[in-house]
Amino acid sequence: MNLRSIPFSAWVGIAGIALAIFCAVFAPVIAPFGERDVVGDIWLPAGGDFLLGTDNLGRDLLSRLVYGARTTIFVALAATVLSFSLGMLLSFTAAVVGGFTDQFFSRFNDLMMAIPTLIFALVVLAVLPQHLWILILVMAVLDSTRVFRIGRAVALDVAVMEFVEAARLRGEGSLWIIFREILPNTLSPLLAEFGLRFAFSILFLSTLSFLGLGIQPPSADWGGMVKDNKDGIIFGISAALIPGAAIATLAICVNLVVDWLMKRTSSLKGGRGDA
Amino acid sequence: MMESGPLTGPVPTDGSADGTHPRPAELSGVPAKPNPADGEIGGTFWRRFTFRRPLAALILQRLGLSVGLLFAVSLMISGGIEALPGDFATTYLGQSATPQAVENIRKDLGLDKPWTERYLSWLGGAVQGDFGTSWASKNSVGEQIGKRLGNSLFLAFFAALISVPLAVGLGMLAVQFRNRLPDKIINVVSLAAISLPEFFVGYLLIMFFAVKYGIATFPATVYDSMSFTERLSAIALPVATLVLVVLAHMMRMTRAAILNVMSSAYVETAELKGLSAFRIIAKHAAPNAVAPVINVIALNLAYLVVGVVVVEVVFVYPGMGQYMVDAVTVRDMPVVQACGLIFAAFYIFLNMAADILAIIANPRLRHPR
Repeated sequence: MNLRSIPFSAWVGIAGIALAIFCAVFAPVIAPFGERDVVGDIWLPAGGDFLLGTDNLGRDLLSRLVYGARTTIFVALAATVLSFSLGMLLSFTAAVVGGFTDQFFSRFNDLMMAIPTLIFALVVLAVLPQHLWILILVMAVLDSTRVFRIGRAVALDVAVMEFVEAARLRGEGSLWIIFREILPNTLSPLLAEFGLRFAFSILFLSTLSFLGLGIQPPSADWGGMVKDNKDGIIFGISAALIPGAAIATLAICVNLVVDWLMKRTSSLKGGRGDA
Repeated sequence: MMESGPLTGPVPTDGSADGTHPRPAELSGVPAKPNPADGEIGGTFWRRFTFRRPLAALILQRLGLSVGLLFAVSLMISGGIEALPGDFATTYLGQSATPQAVENIRKDLGLDKPWTERYLSWLGGAVQGDFGTSWASKNSVGEQIGKRLGNSLFLAFFAALISVPLAVGLGMLAVQFRNRLPDKIINVVSLAAISLPEFFVGYLLIMFFAVKYGIATFPATVYDSMSFTERLSAIALPVATLVLVVLAHMMRMTRAAILNVMSSAYVETAELKGLSAFRIIAKHAAPNAVAPVINVIALNLAYLVVGVVVVEVVFVYPGMGQYMVDAVTVRDMPVVQACGLIFAAFYIFLNMAADILAIIANPRLRHPR
């Protein structure tokens, strides 16, 4: 693969993700004001001292946006990594071991997926105390059901290949087969899936925060910022739209990269490859 | 297509998408003959019924499966609430509550009884439409839901009415101009639309149509005394938001489903025979694409039921979604439980409808090999 083969749209996506990660990592350096400092009047228009204006409590919107990138990306990434580890481990185990284990995991997964994700999250978060790690865990477990489904399908395709059979005949254990035979051969489609789940996590986290069940104030996060500033909309103040646009932009960028990864995967497989 | 590609929308809940399912035991050895005479086959009543009416038997089986699934979901919601840590009585009264006060409120809410007893009485009530009383407002949950469910369905119905024909039309357009400019534009725009959070679309529409130009109303509150046209104008913006959110998903899946058919061997044969593009689509592709497209629509309608939650909160619309979110913030468990079950029920039965419609549209699924 050379750099020239990457299409323009994917470059846009990569640039957008890089910018967001840069903001997240160097937030204290970039942000002109502190995350929780009240620096001016409420809902000041953009321009002047405050590049994007101020929010409902008079905090600088740009600084909150930069710090919000940190929270949003960290939580979404943590949830995605966790859900992938969980989903892939269980799905590969199910595919390799088969039999009762497979049936048990698959049917339980079907049951979990029978409840819409958002509704499930609402029910669970209504019961659990509000901590950051609980939020990440709930998001990860709910998302891992989707990963399980894909992972099992992909792993089953590979598990019947000759080289896996050869490994079995050599006497390798299930762990070897999962990590050394199946994982390297399923990495490409799963990478695209990872991006897709990450984009979904960002949107899901923002939705939960918007409903007041995600990250709790005064920490800045993009979904919560929309919630904080939504009352301004009626007066024509667009402060709520800026973090909303940030969420949308990041999700679009991730999707652009995923789109390219997916096309690449399907063209590797051969066939007419346009479906 | 559901199996190899990553999933972007809701998925069938019963595992019908996964091709590795062992075929149901009662269907093994179904003779090729469509209507075998009585006595030709033995076995139980159900076995004979499957032979004679394969379609009815499959539908009955799916119905049973869905009811069972719903029962399992109710068990899981109720059991999960029980198993997760957190005591409502202490949450209600705060940290400084005396043990006596906690004990009183537990007795008041019926939490002192064993879980199985509470679950059974709740389930018994739920089947008759009685979901108990709300802890926060002491109102009947069933009564509230009765009012709000109608509002939510009203919203979802109009969103579906607009988005379904639009999505199928655009999907077909994208296939017709595959890899040319219209397809590429539709692809990029729909990719962007998938990435937009519902609340962002909602507020954007409010900003432009309600605040700047003043041609729509916000908040979208509806009353009992409103006339039909007043209601329609009130829900214009929420419906537009829902349509935008669901349209992109539905269109992309429609496109993929049709393309999947278009890239099959028999369409290639038809192309090589020199048939016209229209003839290929009308005679060869369309009959085979009906089932996947119906499937796509039903799955997205299920998604719509859930999408309603956020849209209702944005537009302050008195529906089920807002009721549930409000209840979650004050930890009003009877309401959360009831709403969760009803949303799950809609989701499960729409998925089941997708399944059954696919079986009806595609005779091959009736006689699994």
